[in-house]
Amino acid sequence: MPVKIDVNGELVTAYLEGEIDHHSARVMRNDIDSAIERNMPSMLILDFRDISFMDSSGIGLVMGRYKNLKKNNAELHITNTSPQIYKVMKLAGLERLAKIDKVGSK
Amino acid sequence: MITNVLKLVIPSKSSNESFARVAVASFVAQLDPTLEEINDIKTAVSEAVTNCIVHAYKESMGNIYITVQVIDNLTVKIKVRDNGCGIDNIKQAMQPLFTTGGEERAGLGFAVMESFMDKLSVKSKDGKGTVVTMQKKLSIRIS
Ligand SMILES: Nc1ncnc2c1ncn2[C@@H]1O[C@H](COP(=O)(O)OP(=O)(O)OP(=O)(O)O)[C@@H](O)[C@H]1O
Ligand SMILES: [Mg+2]
Repeated sequence: MPVKIDVNGELVTAYLEGEIDHHSARVMRNDIDSAIERNMPSMLILDFRDISFMDSSGIGLVMGRYKNLKKNNAELHITNTSPQIYKVMKLAGLERLAKIDKVGSK
Repeated sequence: MITNVLKLVIPSKSSNESFARVAVASFVAQLDPTLEEINDIKTAVSEAVTNCIVHAYKESMGNIYITVQVIDNLTVKIKVRDNGCGIDNIKQAMQPLFTTGGEERAGLGFAVMESFMDKLSVKSKDGKGTVVTMQKKLSIRIS
């Protein structure tokens, strides 16, 4: 399972696992979207602690989930990004859509 | 002077995206790059190869030709070629956020290649295919 979902009231955390590219993104997208649909969170945390690599397919994945959440006025928070992942997110300007925490910063 | 070469031909199966970037990264690893340099190269290769699969051979299957040349044991030159649909307006395609890939694509693949590598050039013939060439000089470290 590339996504583990944890529900705590209105807070949903999705723990992603593996590498995010065009090949793997589809399953993750479906898993996260069905968790959003089922739980209607006011905040979604995408936890990247177990993601070892991501390319621009990961940007698409984050932007798509952001748009989905916005329909319900919900917020997105990204945590535990490695330097490689943070660099890709930074290039895409994702910090304008979500708070991004690097790995190790609590 | 070209000091080492890797040539790789793979069919445009999406499961090869991971293989291609890992293969190139482990070839380049012989040059003892920094972790950041190896990650930059891995990410750029992933973008170029994914574009062949997602765009060039959208409704079909075809080969992806990857060549890595090491120049003077210091510079890595990577070519990713396809015989797919081609790009009719390269300038537009390279604009950040431009995509023909729909909702789930960010349109940032070329932006990633451009910013993570030192040089990027794209040549394409409509209906014939595309060649992406990118280059990165590794930092010299005193060992
Ligand atoms: N090898 C190729 N063959 C044909 N068209 C291509 C090729 N590479 C890129 N393109 C075209 O250039 C556009 C921009 O490519 P780029 O990689 O920057 O973004 P993307 O692939 O659309 O999205 P992302 O890479 O962020 O997932 C693509 O949408 C596609 O139209
Ligand atoms: Mg792309």
